[in-house]
Amino acid sequence: MAYSEKVVDHFNNPRNVGSFKKEDEGVGTGIVGAPECGDVMKLQIKVQGERIVDAKFKTFGCGSAIASSSLATEWMKGKTVEEAGNIKNTDIVHELNLPPVKIHCSVLAEDAIKAALADYKKKAEASTNM
Amino acid sequence: MKFPIYLDSHSTTPIDPRVLETMLPYFTEKFGNAASRNHAFGWEAEEAVEVARKQIARLIHADPKELVFTSGATESDNLALRGVVEMYREKGDHMITNSTEHRAVLDTAKALESKRGVKVTYLHVDKSGLVSPDDVRHAITDKTILISIMLANNEIGSINPIREIGKIAKEKGILFHCDATQGVGKIPVDVQEMGIDLMSFTAHKMYGPKGVGALYVRKKAPRVRIAPMIDGGGHERGMRSGTLPVPLVVGFGKACELCEQEMTAEARRLAAMRDRLEAGIMNGLDEVYLNGHPTQRLPHNLNVSFAYVEGESLLMGLKEIALSSGSACTSATLEPSYVLRALGVGSDLAHSSIRFGLGRFTTDDEVEYTVKRIIETVTRLREMSPLYEMAKEGVDLKSVQWAAH
Repeated sequence: MAYSEKVVDHFNNPRNVGSFKKEDEGVGTGIVGAPECGDVMKLQIKVQGERIVDAKFKTFGCGSAIASSSLATEWMKGKTVEEAGNIKNTDIVHELNLPPVKIHCSVLAEDAIKAALADYKKKAEASTNM
Repeated sequence: MKFPIYLDSHSTTPIDPRVLETMLPYFTEKFGNAASRNHAFGWEAEEAVEVARKQIARLIHADPKELVFTSGATESDNLALRGVVEMYREKGDHMITNSTEHRAVLDTAKALESKRGVKVTYLHVDKSGLVSPDDVRHAITDKTILISIMLANNEIGSINPIREIGKIAKEKGILFHCDATQGVGKIPVDVQEMGIDLMSFTAHKMYGPKGVGALYVRKKAPRVRIAPMIDGGGHERGMRSGTLPVPLVVGFGKACELCEQEMTAEARRLAAMRDRLEAGIMNGLDEVYLNGHPTQRLPHNLNVSFAYVEGESLLMGLKEIALSSGSACTSATLEPSYVLRALGVGSDLAHSSIRFGLGRFTTDDEVEYTVKRIIETVTRLREMSPLYEMAKEGVDLKSVQWAAH
């Protein structure tokens, strides 16, 4: 299969690979996918105030899955939590020129974003309720 | 070193220059139709075909008259299964095959089930990918007309106990077809000794041209009869009509002759090289698992799973090396390799598998380079892998509740 230049670029130079400590304040973690399905994405955000100041990912999956999560971290950085919630898988498909068989990679990335945001919100609520 | 490096010899092989040289005149000045009986062009072509038939027959210890030329192993498999069922349907409606056969056998068997009402037993393999002769014996019923078991598997290279299965087939008077596509020219094949009645193989897996294959059809003890799938001029003793592709047949013959002469030395050389590849990878990385049988496998085959790394991404990182993966992402079905699944390899490791196929033109430098690049790329991808991170933290991945999608 031929990959788009953007997928190849993200694959060869992935942005924001790494991890934050899950327990740290302001960190939201989303893990989606399953090893049996051939892709697992871990996406993490670090929020200060309302803004996502940093994002990291680790992905087990094909080149398109790695590129989708790499792109997701790039897009999330600098956005508010609310703005990040509006990132759509179709935007990722469009940006990376993903072929139809790889659309599930972008869906997974959107799910990872949502999971990370939800985790952050849950933690934030828990700490204000304390 | 020339790039890209070719390590996908189970898929196809390049034509040996000596084979090509033998073929060339038959495209131009010796262009006759081997079926033209009334002029020199035809005689010349026919003679060339008969020479090739002898060269091919010799390699598998058959009589030249027992070969039917086809377009390749897929056609040979189809002709064997459909041809036997058509011809022997009155004797019974049951056949036995195995779940790791090539799709050319499995899909044909499925078509015979649905369209012709044939009952098919798909035997399971053990964890090294081998069919048990005892399982074959137990699956036989009084309605069994055909047993079809492959010689060597195209993904994991495991070599089945064909001789034992052939013996059982003989004893029970059931026809035995063997898809030997991956084995002929690589390991010794003797249709007499192995008790094979029908055998599929093809030229392009052994440094011959694409587009030509053969079906061996036993003539004596028993005399096997098959119904043709293609009718026409009655070529190939009526079993496969159509003008023979003389240049391809000539190349097939030459390829077999070279294999016969060089197979022993070549197998030794490739096995040593393969062992170095395997040792290099295993020494450089942890959690690499061999798929298939540790010793009873093709000399040029290596199939391994790199835990926590997905196969397609690994191939993408190694784009200067031509390899194949059992990962779902490389297939149209989005299902990981059914062969590895049949061995009991988990989906996670099936997604992480890579098949190496060394060949006649593979060099030591290429193997050394591949080892280095595999280690680099797997290491890089594991640093990016959440699974590797979790495993290193001591998380049991099997106990995690994954959000399957």
